[in-house]
This record gives sequence, C-alpha cells and structure tokens, in this order.
Amino acid sequence: MDCVVTGGNVKVLAKAIHSLSRIGDELYVEPQEDGLALRSVNSSRSAYACFLFAPLFFSRYTLPSGHTFRCKIAIKSVQAVFRSVATLEKTVEKCHIELDEQKNRLTFTLHCKHGLMKTHNLSFQDSESLQAVFDKDSYANVFRSHPRVLVDTVVHFPPSLEEVTVSVSDDRMWVRNHVEEEADRAKAMLTELCLASDEFDHFAVQAHNSVTFCLKELRGLLVFAESTGLPISMYFDEPGSPVVLSVTDSVLEGNFVLATLSDDPNHRKSNTRRACTPPPPPPPDDFMNDDMDCYLIAMDTSVAPGPSATGPPTPPSADSTCSKQSAAANHRTRLHSEEEEDETAESGRPPNKKFCSLFFGSVHPSSQMTTQPVTSQEVLASDSEEDGQ
Amino acid sequence: MPLSTQSQADDEQYVLVASLDNARNLSNLLKAITFKDHAIFSATPNGLKVTVEDSKCLQANAFIQAEIFQEFTIREDSVGFQVNLTVLLDCLNIFGGSAAPGVSTALRMCYRGYGYPLTLFLEEGGVVTVCKINTQEPEEPVDFDFCSTNVTNKVILQSESLKEAFSELDMTSEVLQITMSPSPPYFRLSTFGNSGNAHYDYPKDSDMMELFRCDKTQTNRYKMSLLKPSTKALALSCKVSVRTDSRGFLSLQYLIRNDDGQICFVEYFCCPDEEVEEEWLQSVE
Repeated sequence: MDCVVTGGNVKVLAKAIHSLSRIGDELYVEPQEDGLALRSVNSSRSAYACFLFAPLFFSRYTLPSGHTFRCKIAIKSVQAVFRSVATLEKTVEKCHIELDEQKNRLTFTLHCKHGLMKTHNLSFQDSESLQAVFDKDSYANVFRSHPRVLVDTVVHFPPSLEEVTVSVSDDRMWVRNHVEEEADRAKAMLTELCLASDEFDHFAVQAHNSVTFCLKELRGLLVFAESTGLPISMYFDEPGSPVVLSVTDSVLEGNFVLATLSDDPNHRKSNTRRACTPPPPPPPDDFMNDDMDCYLIAMDTSVAPGPSATGPPTPPSADSTCSKQSAAANHRTRLHSEEEEDETAESGRPPNKKFCSLFFGSVHPSSQMTTQPVTSQEVLASDSEEDGQ
Repeated sequence: MPLSTQSQADDEQYVLVASLDNARNLSNLLKAITFKDHAIFSATPNGLKVTVEDSKCLQANAFIQAEIFQEFTIREDSVGFQVNLTVLLDCLNIFGGSAAPGVSTALRMCYRGYGYPLTLFLEEGGVVTVCKINTQEPEEPVDFDFCSTNVTNKVILQSESLKEAFSELDMTSEVLQITMSPSPPYFRLSTFGNSGNAHYDYPKDSDMMELFRCDKTQTNRYKMSLLKPSTKALALSCKVSVRTDSRGFLSLQYLIRNDDGQICFVEYFCCPDEEVEEEWLQSVE
C-alpha cells in the first residue's frame, strides 16, 4: 500500500481516526479496490465504525501488489501521528502512508511546514477482516440533517450521560437521556429535546419507535461531521436493532453502527432471570443488566485469507451469516446455545434476516474475546457470562 | 515602593540584596529548571546563577544577569547557598502569581551570609509578606567540562519548531536519539517506543534553522526521563541552541524573553546514554 493525502484531506483523515478512537482500541486498516477502509469496534462489540476513503480522496493510491493485506494497529499510536489536530491544517502539507512489507512496518510520513518531516514507523498485527453486517436501506426510519442540529441537541446532555433515547412520530423527533432503573427515575433529571421535522433535510418515518443507544460514539461521529461539514444520516428500525449513523461524500463514507437496547419485555424477563446470581423474587421491572453490553452486533470476522486469495472478501449473504453464527454458537456449551434458542423462541420473533443481532444475557469483558484464537472460527461472537461461570 | 523604603542600615548586614519589580521574572526562569527540590544559588557581581542537578547526569542552570534586577548589591566576590527550590517557588507565588497585566509582585531578596536564612520580602497591592527559607550547605555542582572548543555540532533553531516535536514525542520511548550530520538527515530526533519508532527531521535550510554547523555525523542517545524537564525551558524560550561535543555530551541553551522583554538564558547539560558514556570514562582515566 502506498498512498498520499494532501492539504485539507489530512485533517479529514486525522479527524476520522480520532472519531474511530471513540469506538475501540484498535484500528483495522484494509486497503481495498474501492478505497482505504479504516474500521474499529468496541470491546463488547456493541459499536462498530467504518470509514471508507475512495481512491480519489488520495493524490496517490496504490494497493499492495499481489495479495490482500489487512492489519490492525493500536489506535493510540496512529492518533499520536496526528496528535495536534488543531494545528494540522496549518502545519502538514502532505501525508504519505506506506507499507513496508520487508520490515512489517506501516509508515506515516508527514511533510510539514519549514521542511520538517515526521516519520512514524508503526508496528502492526495481522488481523481478520472486520465487517458489520447491516443493511441501512431497509430501515423503516431515515433522517438526514446538518451536524449542527445534532450537535446543538447533544450539547444539552452532561458528558457523563451514557445513553440517549430517540423517539419519533410522523413529524417530530424526541431525544432524551436514558435513565436505567425505574427506582432512579424519581431522582434523576430528565432532559428531553424535541426536534421538528423541518429541522431535518430528510425525515422519513414508517415506524413510531424509540431506540436507546450510546452517546459517546455519536459524539465521536459528530466531531467528525462538524469539522467536515457533512450531513449526518440516521437510520433505525425497532428497539434491539442497531442504529446506523452515516456521513457520505463523493470521496468518503463513514458508517457508525451502534447497538440499541431491546425493549421487548420478554427479553427483559429472560435477562433478569439469567443475570441475577441468587434471584430473590426480582422486582418486576428490574433490568439491572439490561444495558448496552447485553446486546451485540454480529460481526463477520473471517480469518484473513492467505496470499492466494484475491480481492477483498465479499460480505456473506444474510442467510449464510446466520447459519455460520449458529454454527459458531454451537461450539460453545450446550447450555448456552439452548438458551439462545430459548430466547429467540420466547421473544417470538423470527431470526433477523438482514443482520444478526445476538442477544446474549450479558457479555464478558472484551479481553477474553480479543485473545481468542481465530484459527478455526469463521465468526467471532463474544462469550456470554454463563460460559465463564 | 514600600520595599525600597527600607533603611540603608538594614541593608548593610546583608551580603546579597536583589530586588525585582516583578517576581515573575525570577519565578518563571526557576520553573524552567525545577525538576529536583534542591537548587544551588551562586551570586557574583555579574548576576545570579541557579543550578539544579539530577543523578550527576543532568544539570540545568538559569542565569539572571545583574541588570535584570532593579537592585543587585553583592558585598563579596561570590556568595553561594542552597535552598529548597519548591519552597522558594511557593513563596514567590504567595500572592497567587497572577499573570494579569498591571498586577505584579515586587520582590526583595536578602541573604546575610553562611548559616542565615534567605529572606524574601514580597509585596503586592500594599500587602507585604516576609518569608525566611533556611539555607543549606551548598554542594559543588558537577563540572560537565563542556567547552565550546570541543563542540563538534551545533544548530540554532527557533523554539517554535522544537516545541511541536517535543510535545508529540513518544514518551513510551526510553531514549531520545539525536542525530546531527553535515549530510541528510542533518538534524534528526528519534524515539523508539512501544508502537514503533518515529523520526523528526529538520533540513538544514529550513526557515526554522538559524544556524547549522555540523562537522561530523554524530548519533547519541539521551534518557527521555532526563530530557523531559527541559521541555519547561523550551516552552518559555524563543530560540534554542543544540550542541554536542566530541564525547557526545549535549548542551541545550534556551534564550528566554521575560515579561519586560529582557533576555535571560537557561542551559541544560545531559550525559549521553550507554556505551558513549563508557568511552568518556576511559578517556578521563
């Protein structure tokens, strides 16, 4: 890989990396035919983000010759390359990203003002391909607005707030802070903002739903969208299905896929049942563990094909993903897979066709899953707590 | 000025009296060399030199010329004492050290001689505080024997460009490697950290390069932990001179302009890391 970014695009690239750093600790770099893909996923795999920079974004873009290459790098070290984002525009004239396959180094060279040249040789790890399976075009509710509208909305929420709930009607959107437990509701301060449909460039509602998702990642994307001035599109369906936030330009595309809380009372019940260790009769609405981590977005993380493979892997069709998923799940304890089926039956909803959202009781800390061997598994899904016990 | 109305008779008992209308001119310079508690003060009729050392490998000197002071009286050829620098800085900022224009702390610093405390009279807005700081036996500063005739390479840079590099340096790297060479890369700062290595190259014809005089390619490593305090001096400075001598010793000289536009200097000496140090020991024997 050998690519050159010049002028204002350096800042765009830097901002993208900074907003990806809000998601996860690692940056997945994959040069593809259709551009350079930078991705990140959080430790519980409930949030995923991808930026695709088209070849035209670069003043030079060449793919690694002969084979697909993909790697992951600690996002902190890439951030360090673009540390002073504020002055980047003024100081950096050109950024050259080059892969040195001999030395296994990814080299970022910044050509700065006054002839100063900064070279960062970063070590990387080979990685599986990271791809979230989602089809935002099939979503019932679609909105598009200038980032300012959303920035002015989220500014009213304290930085400590973790999740927001977005509800929609035919001509209105409400954004409010999510309060976890009923008991807290009496004490908690509720903030709700109402946005009229005319604040949006596009406002299409088919289902009057409300979804709850993490604010941190949204803020990350907003920083990017605001600095580039690109409109933000939001796609969502029903509670439990991920919300997709995206920015698009002729030379770049960014998609943030965030898990939402499931509203299904059956889910709540089953979660409570499984999460409480010695369950004294649980209060009817206690969904203590019913937080974001309970839900996962299915990630298609296939093992990197060897040098013989050509081209980037095509995202598997929905059906095959689902079957792979259950195959992977069957690797786990019998108990687990039973419960998973249980749950699907309980909630009485058909397995989702377009993307697979796995609803586990609660998720293990990520460390375990990132260290999981990826040799034989085609699909990585996080272990549930039951496995550890 | 209340401080200058002190009777002359009082002054005669002191071997050293130094007054400043703006104590920040002193405290800022002292901040640039604060990395250990103990500072050696040595005063001569030319001015005041304050020295701080670490592990016999790093030495920082701040020079405050006699002209910087509104009054500088010394009754001996040289006066030396040691005080706790942190305490001294706390005293100098006893009124909060506000940087607001028009508000400044006036200082009168007096020392009676061996065994006596260092007495500070500080005045701001008509309020006077008197601080007495116990002095200690002055230690002999390490002689780095850095002499300009042995300098092999020297560059003078506008601090602006180094500030950026130093603020971005990978602190997971144990050393900072400095390469100076008559051929490319001319002047290079390198780090070797957890995530890989990084190089900052300054071409010799850069606008930021005021002087470039390198005779011989030299690459030396310096402990990052030792050099880190020097960023405080860098932050205050407008120009910096980087020199290395034949033994690989590093001298960093910072030209610092104070609030009143006067020029002061802070100098750092640092021993190189590892094998170069051994060579030096051999040559001393």
